[in-house]
Amino acid sequence: MTFAIVQALLSHWRRHRLQLATLLIGIALATGLWSAVQAINAEARASYQRASDQLALGLYDTLRDPSGTIAVDRYVALRRAGWQVSAVLEGPVRIAGRTVQVMGVDMVTYPALPAMTQTEQSDAPPDPSDMLTAPGRLLATPELAEHLKSQTELPPIVVSDAVPPDLILTDIGVAETLLNRPRQISRLVILPDQPRGVPALSEIAPDLQRVEASAQLDTQRLTDSFHLNLTAFGLLSFAVGLFIVNGTVGLAFAQRRAMIRTLRALGVSMRRLVWMITAELTLLALIGGALGLVLGFFLAGALLPDVAATLRGLYGAPVDGQISLQPEWALAGLGMALGGTFLASGHALFRLSRMPILTGAGVQSWRSSTSGQRFSFLIGTALITGGFAIGYTVEGLVAGFAMVGGILTGAALVLPYFLTLALSVFQRRARGPVAQWVWADMQAQLPGLSLALMALLLALAANIGVGTMVSSFRLTFVGWLDQRLTSELYVTARDDQQGKEIAQWLGPQVDAILPIRNVELTHETGPLFLYGVVDHETYRDHWPLIASSDSAWDRVLTDQAVLINEQLARRADLWPGDMLTLNAEHTLTIAGVYSDYGNPTGQAIVSMQQLDLIAPGAETRQFGIRVSPERATELAQALRDRFDLSRQAVVQQAAVKAQSLAIFDNTFVVTSALNVLTLGVAGFAILTSLLTLWTQRLPQIAPVWALGLTRAQLARLELLRSVLLAALTAVLALPLGLVLAWALLAVINVQAFGWRLPMFLFPVDWAYLFVLTLLAAAVAAALPALRVLRLPPADLLRVFANER
Amino acid sequence: MNARVWLVVLILLQPIASWAQGYAGLGGSADGFDVPKRDYQFEFPRDHGPHPTYRIEWWYLTANLTGEDGRDYGIQWTLFRSALKPSEADGWQSPQLWMGHAAVTTPETHYFAERLSRGGIGQAGVAADPFEAWIDEWYMRGPDLNTVSLSASGAEFAYDLDLTAQGPLVFHGDAGYSVKSADGQASYYYSQPFFEVEGVLNLPDGDVAVTGHGWLDREWSSQPLASDQTGWDWFSLSFDDGDKLMAFRLRGGRGDFTAATWISPDGTTTPLPNGSASFTPLNTTRVAGRDVPTEWHVTLPDRGLDVEVSAMTPDAWMATQFEYWEGPVTVKGSHTGRGYLEMTGY
Repeated sequence: MTFAIVQALLSHWRRHRLQLATLLIGIALATGLWSAVQAINAEARASYQRASDQLALGLYDTLRDPSGTIAVDRYVALRRAGWQVSAVLEGPVRIAGRTVQVMGVDMVTYPALPAMTQTEQSDAPPDPSDMLTAPGRLLATPELAEHLKSQTELPPIVVSDAVPPDLILTDIGVAETLLNRPRQISRLVILPDQPRGVPALSEIAPDLQRVEASAQLDTQRLTDSFHLNLTAFGLLSFAVGLFIVNGTVGLAFAQRRAMIRTLRALGVSMRRLVWMITAELTLLALIGGALGLVLGFFLAGALLPDVAATLRGLYGAPVDGQISLQPEWALAGLGMALGGTFLASGHALFRLSRMPILTGAGVQSWRSSTSGQRFSFLIGTALITGGFAIGYTVEGLVAGFAMVGGILTGAALVLPYFLTLALSVFQRRARGPVAQWVWADMQAQLPGLSLALMALLLALAANIGVGTMVSSFRLTFVGWLDQRLTSELYVTARDDQQGKEIAQWLGPQVDAILPIRNVELTHETGPLFLYGVVDHETYRDHWPLIASSDSAWDRVLTDQAVLINEQLARRADLWPGDMLTLNAEHTLTIAGVYSDYGNPTGQAIVSMQQLDLIAPGAETRQFGIRVSPERATELAQALRDRFDLSRQAVVQQAAVKAQSLAIFDNTFVVTSALNVLTLGVAGFAILTSLLTLWTQRLPQIAPVWALGLTRAQLARLELLRSVLLAALTAVLALPLGLVLAWALLAVINVQAFGWRLPMFLFPVDWAYLFVLTLLAAAVAAALPALRVLRLPPADLLRVFANER
Repeated sequence: MNARVWLVVLILLQPIASWAQGYAGLGGSADGFDVPKRDYQFEFPRDHGPHPTYRIEWWYLTANLTGEDGRDYGIQWTLFRSALKPSEADGWQSPQLWMGHAAVTTPETHYFAERLSRGGIGQAGVAADPFEAWIDEWYMRGPDLNTVSLSASGAEFAYDLDLTAQGPLVFHGDAGYSVKSADGQASYYYSQPFFEVEGVLNLPDGDVAVTGHGWLDREWSSQPLASDQTGWDWFSLSFDDGDKLMAFRLRGGRGDFTAATWISPDGTTTPLPNGSASFTPLNTTRVAGRDVPTEWHVTLPDRGLDVEVSAMTPDAWMATQFEYWEGPVTVKGSHTGRGYLEMTGY
């Protein structure tokens, strides 16, 4: 008996192969997009954790000097006072066209690092004296080692996979040569066991700042928002995929009613049937889920390099460009597939289990009724209201996403109601029987199409919203770059001494030399970079202030006030008039707030005199040079030749801008990719809905055909119907998309990055998207229309001959 | 003495290299380093300072102390120098490494601490005149080697002691040329065994004022062990009648190699050749997963010595990067007294 039931159930899929394919594709798409995002996030997080473990970050407190440099003598003095500290010198170095981080540790006193232990235990360990004495050894990943191989001037490389990507780990004696920073230390690690009776650090080193171990894991914290963004997108794709599943399963169940009625009449209990259908759905979910995992794996592999580039560019976070397959990930993906499938088919299954044995076998009964429509309208309205309420009352990124989620889901739920409303308006205005039939028919089809249209609405709104956000951001960013990057040349000297020589040499030849000096302080909200500026119109005229008090620059340049960046202002809720504590002795009034995109950390600007007071000994290695633009190229070359500077040490304004924009564009590559994918899934949902509706189409068009409409006319009306519904949805998607854009710019961005962006409107983009939507709807309807056109009249006649 | 420590070499390096022969690589060849030669003319205070062209060197002080509470204590203060290359350079580029070990042994507990440092930057080093040996906040500081103050601290202990020499330096082996194997490996080796000590130990239960006697060993070499030698047992004993004895046994695959120096109260030395002394373990203690002999039968028939030497605190284990046993001992038998015992390679 069981076998017979299985055969009966499977016979449905044998007869509806397209439906089966649609169902599996729906599950696979939902699972795939979701799993891809999860895999990317997991890989990125694993990379941060690995890097942190590999460098033993987050285990020890550190000591830093605001100037960024601690002299070796200082280290020795602390050691001789009993403090067990270990020295680290780190910095970027440009090798063979690639910037890598060099981390030099005193290998004798630094806590054991995994890379060292691994190297020591390898088959051919390097001689320790080679590691510690010139030329030394560099530890790097196999990938980086390959890249550095051709650099003959570098010390020999020891390959280790226990080093983070793009980082060279070496002895501090090697690092000082590589970075050209002799006798300098970047930070001191405070070792766990201190001897008895050491004097307090506040007495012997009041100028050094102690940074708690926990405060150093900011990569994780900073990138959290980025990953939440990706997760939200993954969830959106998942939801859109589920619309397909829901539609297909609903239709399949409706079409099986006759068979189920027969089975029950033959004595199969409903309980048994429900169990068997559940088993069937589970199997389908697992198959679709497995396909989705394969899809997700490749998708993640394709997207990860861009994500990695973004994370490095935006946050300097180390991420491997390779995805690895984790069993947990596969299990979670299959779990999502199962959960999603049952979520999408639960309603249909429930209705089926409640079906009276004698109910007619029509397909109408699976569609939502008018009362159902009203119910979903109420729920939708409640969700939208709730979304706004959360957005306005609760702080935080999660609340931001809850708001966006509420508004989007709510809007999708109220869509059928609005479409019905619009169609009845058209119907009332319609003149002539054909027009009236067209509108009435469309109304009748609406319930079957509404899920696909909801998917379309979400995809369109996401497209408009994200597109508006990215374009607004880009526009703002370009304008901001023009304001911020006013110097024609940017020069980086090797050290303080060379900096002085360069400034002296340039003095008579250029309009102005603007030293760029900064020190790293800590603020309760995280690291705070303090910059010093000289008085120059470059700053007064161009600096992009978004909030300021009277004569802000005068007060800053006369040592009375400080300017802070927007990130710090929003994070710490500090605005003009408030006080900013820079260290124990220095607290200044905030005179203004400036926008500072693409930088995750807090920043403040004071006069050069103030900077020298707060952090004596800050380096003067970087300069902005004001010179007439036509002389810039020639001067850049002269500088490189005279001071033996690399191409990267003397950069022209245009190059900096181009580089910044490239990083910016890279940042949104993934977002755009997911955007396009979501729209694709929505288009596919429309196609599948139309194809499934097709099965019921015959009895509806046969009478119209019999009344005299030609098949060509009917085919045109098929196309028209699809395009019109898509157009109506698109019109409704526009305001929804703009609300989404506003939420992204004014809520999510502020929470995630710390800046609020002005919103610009891009009607041309909307028109383009609108046309694209109509085109997609037309393409989706083309197949059904073609079928109408080619329908043999005999089939149409047969409608009147039997009752189906 | 000797064979104290060739630890230095490595220490950090020890886990890195897989040395097939010799204990911790001490049996390696002396490539590029100077090697000790007979008839060397010591010159002071110069030779109290470091000899960077030799591979290893140490300033090794132990003391048997008695507290105002009547209890016995022992302390150790050691600075090792280990050269990766036979040269010196400034800053981090220096190939010299330094390692400090300090310990306090009470009748119940053994406290110890370890420090590591690069040469070249000033974190550790030795200056001959005025004399100072230091690593981090630990120091052994003169004006000269006859009058030094000594300080060290760890997480659970600290001490500040003043030492005054009551006798001359003594030279081991052939006027300070101390042979370590039948193959002729040797080191330069002299001691100051006549220190009187007083000062304060700072222990978890509070401060203890102490007095007693200290013994400083100075030794440097480049290739101290033969390739088959795997460890050593080294004794420095001060007898109640004023005589003192330094004696060691190097354990090797081709048989043991022993040497000893008998020191009269006036500092006159009598070197005793290989085979003069015998060392027999009587009892072992399970320490740090190994069986370490903590009771010995030591004889030196030439001097009528036949004694039992027992550890005051059997678990005086130095669980440092290079692990060994080092602690105070008591002597009973034909002679009575106190001293220090060091054992490696167990």
